[in-house]
Amino acid sequence: MELSELTIHKAHELLKQKKISSLELTMALLERIDACDEKIGAYISIAGEKAIDQAKIADEAIAKGNISPLTGIPVSIKDLICTKGIRTTCASKMLENFVPFYDAFVIKKLKKENAVILGKVNMDEFAMGSSTENSSIKITHNPWDLSRIPGGSSGGSAASVAADLCLASLGSDTGGSIRQPASHCGVVGIKPTYGRVSRFGLIAFASSLDQIGPLTKDVTDSAIMMNAVSGYDRNDSTSVSVDVPDYTSFCKKGLNGLRVGIPKEFHSYKGLDPEVDLAVKNAVKTLEDLGALSVEISLPHTEYTVAAYYVIAPAEASSNLARYDGVKYGFRDMDKKTLIEMYKGTRSQGFGDEVKRRIILGTYVLSAGYYDAYYRKASQVRALITEDFKKAFKKCDVILSPVAPTPAFTIGEKADDPLTMYLSDIFTLSANLAGIPGMSLPCGFSKSGLPIGLQIMGMHFNEEKIFKTAFNFEQATEFHNKKPMR
Amino acid sequence: MKITHDEVMYVASLARLDLHEDDVEMFAEQIGKILEHVDTLGNVNTDGVEPATHAISLSNAFRNDDKKEHANREAALSNAPEQEDGAFIVPKIIE
Repeated sequence: MELSELTIHKAHELLKQKKISSLELTMALLERIDACDEKIGAYISIAGEKAIDQAKIADEAIAKGNISPLTGIPVSIKDLICTKGIRTTCASKMLENFVPFYDAFVIKKLKKENAVILGKVNMDEFAMGSSTENSSIKITHNPWDLSRIPGGSSGGSAASVAADLCLASLGSDTGGSIRQPASHCGVVGIKPTYGRVSRFGLIAFASSLDQIGPLTKDVTDSAIMMNAVSGYDRNDSTSVSVDVPDYTSFCKKGLNGLRVGIPKEFHSYKGLDPEVDLAVKNAVKTLEDLGALSVEISLPHTEYTVAAYYVIAPAEASSNLARYDGVKYGFRDMDKKTLIEMYKGTRSQGFGDEVKRRIILGTYVLSAGYYDAYYRKASQVRALITEDFKKAFKKCDVILSPVAPTPAFTIGEKADDPLTMYLSDIFTLSANLAGIPGMSLPCGFSKSGLPIGLQIMGMHFNEEKIFKTAFNFEQATEFHNKKPMR
Repeated sequence: MKITHDEVMYVASLARLDLHEDDVEMFAEQIGKILEHVDTLGNVNTDGVEPATHAISLSNAFRNDDKKEHANREAALSNAPEQEDGAFIVPKIIE
């Protein structure tokens, strides 16, 4: 096995036994990025020298016996998480030359463990999109089929993990942006409970929905990353001060009596690809064979999820993105002579079409005369969607569903049709609206060889049952061991 | 159409965006379709439902008003498109 193919936990064992050094591991990854990323297009910035320095520091720590699960482990970071001294573009012309002078909370956490940051990976501009096609920097290709999208918005994260261009990645999820690319690239991605991981240093899209989480090669690695990044942070006032369990402790065998909820509304969804439907149904059978009990549940407001989300998220985005005014950081239109003209010139040239579309939509639904009909109504429906989950979780421990209605589509296929693109987020949006955790893990392949993901959702701060379910499923199946052509 | 050409122009100007004529047409059509879908929310009975503004119930996060270190001025200005004498420079506001 090549070093780049290692999982975090296998690499950790080898580092601990001093069979490999972090420098060797980091060099292997940098060489692989150099050789292969031209065809994948995952990385926006490669922090080679810094990575080598971090690897050397990690090796020194290991030599002194100071090793934790992420010490010396090379990771990639979605390009909207601030990294001190490493350009953070948000895949936007607006921030093309932005170099943060501080680290996000999650980056501080990774550095505390002496993890190695290889570089920053591609995404849809400001995390708005489901295909990474909205990046103003480059296109990212799905490692399983280069003519297809990797999913989005954390497409660079998912592709870099799937193509062994890092051992793990941090992404962010506002409406499915970790889970959907994880599904399309055949890796494990979890959106934690809202408030579980600090958003300090995460460039904001929709603040009541955004959450950082890991994309990894298997479930154990996901638990290791969650251990590292979770926890209260006084710099994020929505961060929640509850104890963080050791997530790896739930990665053990035994599912007896676990109740898995199957939402009747999800499987009657018209746009659901039969291959995805079958893969998810087979996954339920696998879990039943392992001792789980499946129960039918109902999430009656499912059909209103997309409508509620595409009022709330753009509304919050229009407010958050008001800060890009050409004054404090980022792009400025230098030709304009008055302040208002400068604002307009800066924002019109700095933002791409999808970002503009959501700013206009968000400004419209918040504007005088429309606020009650749109924003207030959507927030009420959000309350009902959350209530649906609370009721459902009285009958079950986790909820299972597809992640995306179809496997990855081809580049350019939906680029001109925003509503169709939005409608394909149907299975992932509700977890963000309700603030509950959700994971995508590999559960099958289409006939054409594209990965299919299973979504496992849990109640607030109940990631443990997700890990337990996912770990047992993974142990009983081989999907996570299959890799795209190298 | 659900949202008119003029409404798109007006809202864009509120959001400090200048749009090309072609883009106004495109956005009006696309946003119109999205708003038609959003209108399905009207089918939901929300009488007496308290709007959810956050995913989880939160109370105000207070901290003590203690003196602590903050970013230095040089760092805070390091990404400014234009700066001088420790300040952000903007186009002239008052004639």
